[in-house]
Amino acid sequence: MKTSMGSGSTRIPLRQQVEELCEQSIGTCYQCGNCSSGCPMGPWMDALPNQLIRRLQLGLEDTTRFASPWVCASCFACGVRCPKGIDVPRVMEALRVVGLRSGEDHIGPHTIEKKRLSQLPQIALVAHMRKATG
Amino acid sequence: MNNRVGVFICHCGKNIARTVDVEALRKEAAGLPGVEWAEDDMYLCSDPGQQLIRERIAEQNLDAVVVAACSPTLHTTTFRRAVESAGVNPFRLEIANIREQCSWVHPGTAETTHKAAALVRSGVEKARRTQPLEPIHVGLQRAVVVIGGGVAGIQAALDIAEAGYPVHLVEQGPNLGGRMAQLSETFPTLDCSSCILTPKMVEVSHHPLVTIHTLAEVTDVEGSIGNFQVRIRQQPRYVIAEGCTGCGDCVPACPQVVPGEFDRGLGARKAIYIPFPQAVPFTYTLDREHCLNQGPLIICDRCAQACEPRAIDFDQQPSEELVEAGAIVLATGCDTLPLSHFREYGHDRHPDVIDGLMFERLLSASGPTHGEIRRPSDHRVPKSIAFVQCAGSRDPERGKAYCSQICCMYTAKHALLYHHAVPDGKVYIFYIDIRAGGKGYEEFVERVRAEDGINYIRGKVAKLIPKDGKLEVWGVDTLLGEQVKVEVDLVVLATALVPSQGIQELARVARVAIDGDGFLSEAHPKLRPVESQTRGIYLAGTAQGPRDISATVAHAAGAASKVLGLFSHDELVEEPTIARVNEALCRGCSFCVSVCPYDAISLHEGTAHVNETLCRGCGACTPACFAAALGPRGFEDDQILAQIRALAC
Repeated sequence: MKTSMGSGSTRIPLRQQVEELCEQSIGTCYQCGNCSSGCPMGPWMDALPNQLIRRLQLGLEDTTRFASPWVCASCFACGVRCPKGIDVPRVMEALRVVGLRSGEDHIGPHTIEKKRLSQLPQIALVAHMRKATG
Repeated sequence: MNNRVGVFICHCGKNIARTVDVEALRKEAAGLPGVEWAEDDMYLCSDPGQQLIRERIAEQNLDAVVVAACSPTLHTTTFRRAVESAGVNPFRLEIANIREQCSWVHPGTAETTHKAAALVRSGVEKARRTQPLEPIHVGLQRAVVVIGGGVAGIQAALDIAEAGYPVHLVEQGPNLGGRMAQLSETFPTLDCSSCILTPKMVEVSHHPLVTIHTLAEVTDVEGSIGNFQVRIRQQPRYVIAEGCTGCGDCVPACPQVVPGEFDRGLGARKAIYIPFPQAVPFTYTLDREHCLNQGPLIICDRCAQACEPRAIDFDQQPSEELVEAGAIVLATGCDTLPLSHFREYGHDRHPDVIDGLMFERLLSASGPTHGEIRRPSDHRVPKSIAFVQCAGSRDPERGKAYCSQICCMYTAKHALLYHHAVPDGKVYIFYIDIRAGGKGYEEFVERVRAEDGINYIRGKVAKLIPKDGKLEVWGVDTLLGEQVKVEVDLVVLATALVPSQGIQELARVARVAIDGDGFLSEAHPKLRPVESQTRGIYLAGTAQGPRDISATVAHAAGAASKVLGLFSHDELVEEPTIARVNEALCRGCSFCVSVCPYDAISLHEGTAHVNETLCRGCGACTPACFAAALGPRGFEDDQILAQIRALAC
């Protein structure tokens, strides 16, 4: 049997990856910004939730380089207010998963000093680890 | 069975001829029993095509015709007229739909032609058996009931009355005027709303052909187009309209103070009141719900004592009137989503969160603050206002999926009027998109943005937090990509337009359809926008969907012109293809009565009786009848069975 390989890229586009992971329709968003208006972590984000979704709508592959999904507290304030019913925290989670699968290391517990490690709140650390393991 | 049938096959350019072998089809049709002539043509619906049919009818002495072409919904009328002008009864025309049901949906194979042949054969079998039918002529009652006394109802009533026909204008509230009477100025010209509405209200109230019923509701509609019987229930006003001079001496005498509905609860009125100074009719109304006299016992008669003309009558009773009308116009208007709907904006926690109509009352010279903008909580002039657009509109999750159409414009107007009244005040308009599609609208918004420098911030507001007598607005500027937090004195929500309360009950009574959002459904969204799906009932204004004043007036004028078009006929000509009862067979079981979707069948002395104007010939009664005693004319059992047999072979 002969297998013929396609010449194109086998990589799935980012928007498609995210949509499959979070089961949300990114195209539904009409950029009202309600998710960003009420986001308690907004001041610490390098791109607001609506901006991340805009980048996904445009299929910008570098959207995973932003730290915002890692700043997201998963408080669901955005998701419950979205007039289009998009579960924004799940989009954030999907972006984190894509980031992790790409092999980028955002946390690196091994780089934290042992003394500091013992002082860190355990819940935050476990949450950290969870994010780190995808 | 002995009809001489002619078959005419249309190529429809290439629409049919591309996949159907028209020549083979013509040959097969020519050989069918009963067929005297078969011919094909490039475009049968064209004038030469119709002429061809007429000529062949005369030459071949045809008395029934089958046209194999497009869907009967498209050209039945065209071909009926063509055969009729050649002396063939129009109900001896059959259409075989070989386009939508065949050529468009199948590839160009022999089977497609085979199916087209089956459809033609079926049509021929029907045509051979058709009987001539004559249209039904029905008399016409040239009077109209217009339901709703806002600008739409007033416009429709005036247009119809001006043409010389009597109108009953039925308004649920105590006075005419509707929503428009509540507004201050109107966009984009900043005309004073009552200055342009009052002359119309006066005109309609003085028109000799218009009878105004205020505090009245339509409780029942019987009959059908041309001959409706409308039951109007009149609630008591407890003030004799002929006696009341409008002096207002009763008002200071009344001890009962209640929030005024006309001012959206921002102002107070007495239990005896008139909602606004330009009210038509200018007759006071005693609101018994808030009057001290709840039962038959009169414990307070101060208003009656104060009334010099003795116009107050505590004993008035509801009354009913039955009105005959040939047409009905529904102009029941709209409401807005209540503030309690928006928990994230917390009107229940803060009185300084108001809606656009409340702001109109604050702007209005006849409003509770005499046109001075003062916020409800402490009556201070607000030094900053946030306007929140799309409150409930374009929000399929928790509000309404549609755009309410007027909010962009009235918010721009609000900002402008506030800016003129309080020049040092700060304004923030939170919007998603600006929709200013009317004549002069974009220019108006441009003026507000550029000349008055109003601050438009693109992003929806997430929530409002009361803080030291102010409200903190959590918003975002999506164009900057930054969160926005501002503290303001007053927040105005541009709440979504919704249908009036009670529209569902009226729709049920009048047997008209409503859409998923509760607005009245038009017969066709593009081509029949002022007709309801029930013949003889027309729609005007926001009862059909959100629209502004100019569009409402145009819509109402359109409804009136449809009514006048109907009245221009001497009598109604109805399709004869309606149900007929064989009285010898009918057992009076009334099963047909219960299945008829148009309430067209009733039982008279143990026999089913069909109302000829109500029946639409849908045929639902046919399978319901155990005795095979009724069914639509032109669709007889032997005809239908022959058609099925022809399809099966």
